[in-house]
Amino acid sequence: MSSIAKDIVAPVVAGRGAAGPDGRRLAWFPHLVLWIGIAVTAFPLYIAFVASTLTAPDVAQAPMPVLPGGHGIDNYRKILLQGMQGTYLSPPVWQMMWNSLVMALVITAGKIVVSILSAYAIVFFSFPGRMLAFWLIFLTLMLPVEVRIMPTYEVVSDLGLINTMTGLTLPLIASATGTLLFRQFFLTIPDELVEAARIDGAGPMRFFKDVVLPLSATNIAALSVILFIYGWNQYLWPLLITTDNRLDTIVVGITKMIGTGDATTDWPQVMGTTLLAVVPPALVVVLMRRWFVKGLVDSEK
Amino acid sequence: MQRRVIFSQKGLPYLLIAPQLVVTLVFFFWPGAQAVYMSLLQQDAFGASVQFVGLANFEYVFADEGYVDAFRRTLGFALAVTVLAMVPALWLAVMADRVLKGSTFYTTAMLVPYAIAPAVAGVLWLFMFNPSIGVLAWWLKALGVDWNPVLDGTDAMVLVVLASAWKQVAYNFLFFLAGLQAIPKSLLEAAAIDGARPLRRFWTIVFPLLSPTTFFLLVVGLVYAFFDTFGVISAVTQGGPATATETLVYKVYKDGVHNLDLGSSAAQSVVLMVIVVALTMVQFRFVERRVHYG
Amino acid sequence: MAAIRFSDVVKRYGSGAAANQVIHGVNAEIGDGEFVVIVGPSGCGKSTLLRMVAGLEAISGGQIEIGGRVVNDIDPSERDIAMVFQNYALYPHFDVFGNMAYGLRIRKIPEAEVRARVEKAAATLQLTALLDRKPRQLSGGQRQRVAMGRAIVRQPQVFLFDEPLSNLDAKLRAQTRLEIQKLHGELGVTSLFVTHDQVEAMTLAQRMIVMNAGRIEQIGTPEEVYLRPQTTFVAGFIGSPPMNLLEGRADGSRFTIGGTTLPLPASAPRAGALVLGTRPEHLEVDAAGTWSMTIEMQEMLGAERLLHGHVGEASCTVRVPGTLAVARNGDTLRLRAAPEHLHWFDPASGKRVG
Repeated sequence: MSSIAKDIVAPVVAGRGAAGPDGRRLAWFPHLVLWIGIAVTAFPLYIAFVASTLTAPDVAQAPMPVLPGGHGIDNYRKILLQGMQGTYLSPPVWQMMWNSLVMALVITAGKIVVSILSAYAIVFFSFPGRMLAFWLIFLTLMLPVEVRIMPTYEVVSDLGLINTMTGLTLPLIASATGTLLFRQFFLTIPDELVEAARIDGAGPMRFFKDVVLPLSATNIAALSVILFIYGWNQYLWPLLITTDNRLDTIVVGITKMIGTGDATTDWPQVMGTTLLAVVPPALVVVLMRRWFVKGLVDSEK
Repeated sequence: MQRRVIFSQKGLPYLLIAPQLVVTLVFFFWPGAQAVYMSLLQQDAFGASVQFVGLANFEYVFADEGYVDAFRRTLGFALAVTVLAMVPALWLAVMADRVLKGSTFYTTAMLVPYAIAPAVAGVLWLFMFNPSIGVLAWWLKALGVDWNPVLDGTDAMVLVVLASAWKQVAYNFLFFLAGLQAIPKSLLEAAAIDGARPLRRFWTIVFPLLSPTTFFLLVVGLVYAFFDTFGVISAVTQGGPATATETLVYKVYKDGVHNLDLGSSAAQSVVLMVIVVALTMVQFRFVERRVHYG
Repeated sequence: MAAIRFSDVVKRYGSGAAANQVIHGVNAEIGDGEFVVIVGPSGCGKSTLLRMVAGLEAISGGQIEIGGRVVNDIDPSERDIAMVFQNYALYPHFDVFGNMAYGLRIRKIPEAEVRARVEKAAATLQLTALLDRKPRQLSGGQRQRVAMGRAIVRQPQVFLFDEPLSNLDAKLRAQTRLEIQKLHGELGVTSLFVTHDQVEAMTLAQRMIVMNAGRIEQIGTPEEVYLRPQTTFVAGFIGSPPMNLLEGRADGSRFTIGGTTLPLPASAPRAGALVLGTRPEHLEVDAAGTWSMTIEMQEMLGAERLLHGHVGEASCTVRVPGTLAVARNGDTLRLRAAPEHLHWFDPASGKRVG
C-alpha cells in the first residue's frame, strides 16, 4: 500500500488508544469522514427545508434552487392553519400534529404503566402461572403489527373502536419491550434493600411506590423517549384504523398528501409538513440523548 | 429466573399483571390465532361463504409465481438494505470512537434519522429523486443517467433501498459505537506492545470483539427490512411500478386490504410470522449468549 | 429489650425426600440485654439462624421466642426487631435523614417524634452533619453508621447484626467494633451479632455461640470458649494461631503420636485413642522438655514469633517471644507443655473428655 493510502487507512483501523505514531497522523481525517456522514444524513432534510420555503412553481421547475427562499412563513402558516386542499382534504396540520402527540403520549404512558406493573408482579412475587404469563408477554416481542393487521383490524372493528383514539392506541400497548427492560432492572435491586423495607414495615405496594419507582426513574425516562418516537411514527395501523380524515396523524397525512406524486402536489407544503413531522421526535432525541441511548441499548440487550 | 426475596401476597400479582395480559390476549394472541385460523379458510370477498381448506392457501401461495418472486425480491431487498446500512455505520462509528472533541455533536447529529418514520424517510427521498422535480434526479439526468423510478423497476428498487438504508444507519451507528466503546483500551495497547500494526489490530481484535454486535445488528436489520420498511414502500412506490418493489409485507397488505383475498393474505401473514419468530429466536439464542466481553 | 429463646429450631430447604436440612435442632437462650455473637465458618448456618429471628426465613421446626412471645408466624415488621445488614441496605434515593426516618414514618409516628429520634441517633453516631447527604456520597464507615442509626431509632427489643463489619477495611473494622461496644454499653439492647471472624467474636461478645454445620458446638463467654473448648472444632476455630491438636494413643505411661512417643501426662482421662490439645502460647522452649519438634517454618510477628513444625506426624506451632535467640529452620527444639493447659478430646466425636 502506498504511504499516503496507509495514512488514510491507519487512523481508521487504529481505533482508540492506538500506540505508536500511526494514530497521531491525520487527526483531521475522522472529522472529515464524520462530516461527510452528517452531510449525507442531513441532506434530505435540508432539501426538504429549502423546498418548504419556496413557492410551488419554483419547485415544479427543475432544478430546484438549493438555497432557501422567502416563502417559508407563508407556507408554514398555511399548512398549519388550513392544511392542504387538493385531492386529499387534509385537516390543518396543527390538528394532525395534535393527533400524533396524543397518540404518542397515550402509547408511551400506557405501555410504561402496564409493563412496569407486570414486571413488578413477575419479579417480586411467586404465583401459579407466573412463567406462563412471562412467556406469553415475551412472545409479543416477536410479532410486529404488520404481520397481524387483518385480524387485529377485525377485533378492533368488532369492539367498535374504529376511528377512535382508543382504537388507535390500545392495540399498540400490547408489546413487551418495557416489561423486559423493567424486569431486567428489578432483578438488580439488592435483596437486602427489600428485606430492610420489610423490617421497616413496608408492604409490596408501599415498597413499589417509595423505593422501586424512584429507583426506576432513569429507566422510565429512557423508555419514554423510545416509546414516544415509536408512537409518533406509527404508520400502518393509523392508516387502517381511521377513515375520518380529522383523525389523521401527521405521518399518515403526509403520505396522503403526496397522492399520486404528480405535478399537482403542492410540494412546498408537503415538505413543510414533513419537517413538522420530523421536528418533535428529533427534538426528543437531541434533548434527551443520554436517556435515548440508554433506552435503546438496554431494551435490546 | 427469580429473585431470592419475594413478597408473599397471593392475589396482588394477578391484579398487577392483568392489564398487560388482557391487552396482550385481546389484541395480540386472539388476532394471531385468528390469522392462523383464517389462513386455513377460503372466504369470498363479502364473507358470505366460508370454507375450510386446510393447507390449500399455503400451497396456492407457494405455487404462485408472484409470491415466489416477491419472496426472492424481499430477500434481495433485505440484504441490500442491511449491508448498505451496516458498512457506513461501522466506518462512521470507528471514526466517532476516535475523536474526543465534538463526539457528542457527531453522535447526536447522526442519530436524527432514527426519529424519522420510515414513511417520512420515504417521502424525503421520493422528493429528491422524483423524475420531474427531484434535485438529485436532475443531477443524474445531467450526468446522462436515465433515471425514472416511476417507470423503471430497478430505479424504484434503488430508491426504496436508499431511503430504507439511510434511516437504519443511525441505529447501527449507535450500537457499533457502543460496542467499540466497550472494548477495553488495554486490549489494544497490549496488542500494540505485542507488535500488531493498526490494520492487524482491527481485524484480529476489534472486529472479532464486535462480532456479537454485528450479528445482532444483522438480525435486527433483517427484521427491519422485512417489516418496518412497509412505510417506505407504501409511501414511495406502493409496490410499483407493477410489482417491482412489492416486498412480502406489502403484498400481505395489498392482498388483504385492496384485493380482499383474505385467505391468501392470512397465509402470507403466517409465513411472515414464522420468519420473524425464527429470526428473533436466532437473535436471542446466539446473541444473548455471546454478548459478554472478557 | 427482651430475651430470645431457641427451642429445637430446625431449618430445611425443599421438602420430602429431597429436603436439605441446614440447621439441626438448635437450643439456646439469650438473656435480656445481652450481647451475643454467633460465630462460625461460612455456610455453618449462623446467618440463617439470625434471619429466622428476623423473620426473613421461615422456621421449619421448633420455635423462636422474643420477649416470651413465640414469633414463628409473625411478620418481620411486627417482631419489634431492627437489623443491620452486611451491605448496609440503605435506600439510595433517600438522604440519611430519610433512611433513618422511613421505618418510623410507615408506623405513623408523629413527625416531631421522628425528628427527635433521628436527631438523637445522629448525634450518638456523629452523623448530624451528614443528615442531608445521599448514601452514594458517604464512605463505607459512614454508611454503616447510618445503617446502625436506622436500627437505633426504631427503639426495638432486639438488634440483629448480619456480618456488618465484613465490608470495611481493617482499620475501620477495629474502630467500628469499639463503637458498637460503646453503643451497647449506652443502650443495653439485646443484641445478636453474626460474624465469621473469631477476633470480632472474642472482642465483642458477652457470650458466644460457636456454630458448625448447622449445629451449636458451644455456648459460653469468650473466656470459657477460649480456655475450655468443648469440641475439637471450637478448639481449632477460636484463637489465632489455632490450638495444636495431636492425635494419638494413650496406653500405659506413654502417649504415642505417629512417629514419636511422649510420656503420658497425668491429666489424661483414659487409655485408648485420644486427641491432645494445647495452645501455641502454652508450649515453652525448655531443654529439659519431653516434646521434640523440628522447626520447618517461622513467622516473625514483632512482639512474638511463631515456629511451625511437627511433633511426630502431628503439626505443631509454638509461640515464643520475639526477642528469643533465633533458632534456624531444621533445628530441633525441646518443648515443655504446661500440664494445666492440656485438653483432651475424643477423636471420634470431637467432644472434650478431660
